[in-house]
Amino acid sequence: MTTASEGLVPRFSRPEAWDQARPAVADAEAKLRVEDLNFYYGSFQALKSISMDVPANQVTAFIGPSGCGKSTLLRCFNRIHDLYPGMRSEGAIQLDGQNINDARVDTNLLRARIGMVFQKPTPFPMTVHDNIAFGVRLYERLNERDMENRVQWALEKAALWDEVKDKLHQNGQALSGGQQQRLCIARTIAVKPEVILLDEPTSALDPISTGYIEDLINELKADYTIVIVTHNMQQAARVSDVTAFMYLGELIECDETPKIFTQPGDSRTEDYITGRYG
Amino acid sequence: MSQSFDAITAQLKRRHRRSANLKRMSMGALILAATFLVVFIGDMLAKGLPAFQQAQIQVEVTYSEQAREIPPAAVGDDVRSLVSRGYLRLIPSRMEDDPDLLGTQRMEWVIADSAVDQYLKGHDSKLSAKQRRIVDRLAEQGRAELRFNTTFFTTGDSRMPEMAGIAAAAMGTVMTLIVTMAVCFPIGVMTAVYLEEFAPDNHLTQIIEININNLAAVPSILFGLLGLAIYINFFGVPRSSPLVGGLTLALMTLPVIIIATRTALRSVPDGIRQAAFGVGCSRWQVVRDHVLPLSLPGILTGSIIGMAQAMGETAPLIIVGMVAFIPDVSASFANAATVMPAQVFTWAGDPSPAFVEKTAGGILVLLAVLITLNATAVLLRKKFERRW
Ligand SMILES: Nc1ncnc2c1ncn2[C@@H]1O[C@H](COP(=O)(O)OP(=O)(O)OP(=O)(O)O)[C@@H](O)[C@H]1O
Ligand SMILES: [Mg+2]
Repeated sequence: MTTASEGLVPRFSRPEAWDQARPAVADAEAKLRVEDLNFYYGSFQALKSISMDVPANQVTAFIGPSGCGKSTLLRCFNRIHDLYPGMRSEGAIQLDGQNINDARVDTNLLRARIGMVFQKPTPFPMTVHDNIAFGVRLYERLNERDMENRVQWALEKAALWDEVKDKLHQNGQALSGGQQQRLCIARTIAVKPEVILLDEPTSALDPISTGYIEDLINELKADYTIVIVTHNMQQAARVSDVTAFMYLGELIECDETPKIFTQPGDSRTEDYITGRYG
Repeated sequence: MSQSFDAITAQLKRRHRRSANLKRMSMGALILAATFLVVFIGDMLAKGLPAFQQAQIQVEVTYSEQAREIPPAAVGDDVRSLVSRGYLRLIPSRMEDDPDLLGTQRMEWVIADSAVDQYLKGHDSKLSAKQRRIVDRLAEQGRAELRFNTTFFTTGDSRMPEMAGIAAAAMGTVMTLIVTMAVCFPIGVMTAVYLEEFAPDNHLTQIIEININNLAAVPSILFGLLGLAIYINFFGVPRSSPLVGGLTLALMTLPVIIIATRTALRSVPDGIRQAAFGVGCSRWQVVRDHVLPLSLPGILTGSIIGMAQAMGETAPLIIVGMVAFIPDVSASFANAATVMPAQVFTWAGDPSPAFVEKTAGGILVLLAVLITLNATAVLLRKKFERRW
């Protein structure tokens, strides 16, 4: 067993943040509470009785081998599965104590409250400005000035402003892949959701943009609750406060990140983190 | 490798030979098809281009009292039989419109009889030897020549070939297609949007889907019978009118538009839909603001092709009475009308050389319009084609 201070990952550099004073995660109230969630793609059960809390104003990371159901769980939070017939879920997801996994919930409003950034960058085929303004207009009436400010704010937050400030009226699809992904992040935060879901947001990005995005995540957690799926252990260790390890549709364990990375409670978690599979 | 090098070489040779043969055969098929096309178009051009020219002769026209009563008296005895009767017949009404004409006499270029036209074009003609001499003399004096045939593009059908034109039929086609598109486009697009974006995937929608695809394959004449039974006999829509013709063609074009629209909608990547839903759009907002604009070029292309198909359709229109004899150009939805292919069909029924020429001319016009429509569709597709 490696010492707790080094962590389990070979050549793993211990994130500085771990040594800084931080509020105990246990004290944070749950923004999202998953209760006994089962999810089915037709007859295939992709999530098996998941129960966990996503603490408010913290970053929660989902890790696990490919196909274990991370994206599926993330997508349950904004009910994007509803769009496809044959996909159904059982169990409850409480957002601030209200069950959102209920047919009576207005999914449009829900998705404005729980924003999502997809793995593949999907800017709308419109200008950079409109990409961001579009979502804002759906729920807010802003005058032109306020809208300009909002667009700039979102682009600055997503570390994209300097690169696109002269291209606001060019097509968003003409940006590079990494820029597109940051545009999608800007689009999501511009709506000012309460929860932001990020599905492998940096898998298409260079290290520099990845660094920007990680800084952004750190900064955003003051105002938002963030859930991120990542295959990069180092990234999970760097940005998250809580880490959930999933395996074959089950939630194996979910705890404070330093604990998961240094003293996991389950041997499968340890095997995964140390790279023995996945 | 268990085979010897020679065996492999022999096998390779055989394979190369086989692929060369296949290539030659497909080239042959292509050349054959191209030859048919060239022969067809060449034949049409040879027969049809003369239709765009028309013989005119210069004669002295006397607008007298007598001419008003008996129009042929307006021109001299010698050339009377050479001038189109259709032209002569118009003299009284022209004098009515312009009273100043009365008592004047002047040289005018007038449309010649179709026999003169055929003679000048070097075809067989029923002109007598004496008439031929007169025409020859006029031609020598520069008073008989072939000119661009404006009549063909400005008038409707006529029993006199030199007065017959395609304009009434073209107008009929336009009016009919307006009805067709006004009915088909909104209904077709909305149906496709519903099926593709809103409808649950159950037995009912599957049955509807299969039937729409079947509908596209139904022989068009059956749509004519349906139109006759429903629109004319049941709803009492005026027979032969662009209204009933357009509605009948709408039955035929609807599945084409539905299928084209669905294909276009399906080609919009799901990521765009998910992203739009992800920022909180309702289904309708996703369709209106994202999916429809992105698929519009595809929808338009499909609609234009559907329209071109409807335009070339004759059989169902014959059944609803759109092969009428229409001498006047009229932009009305309820009056009797004919369409271009039906006009060609009518002319094709007349064996006289003058009408054979009209038939080919009509086909050329029809082809030109169809090619233009299809080219527009291709250009639209090229211009807005997107690779995701
Ligand atoms: N649309 C679908 N229809 C049927 N099965 C699906 C569908 N999407 C995912 N699955 C299955 O559900 C399981 C979980 O998939 P999911 O996409 O959540 O995995 P993941 O953990 O996000 O993997 P990755 O890290 O590769 O993105 C997988 O076994 C997958 O095959
Ligand atoms: Mg995934």
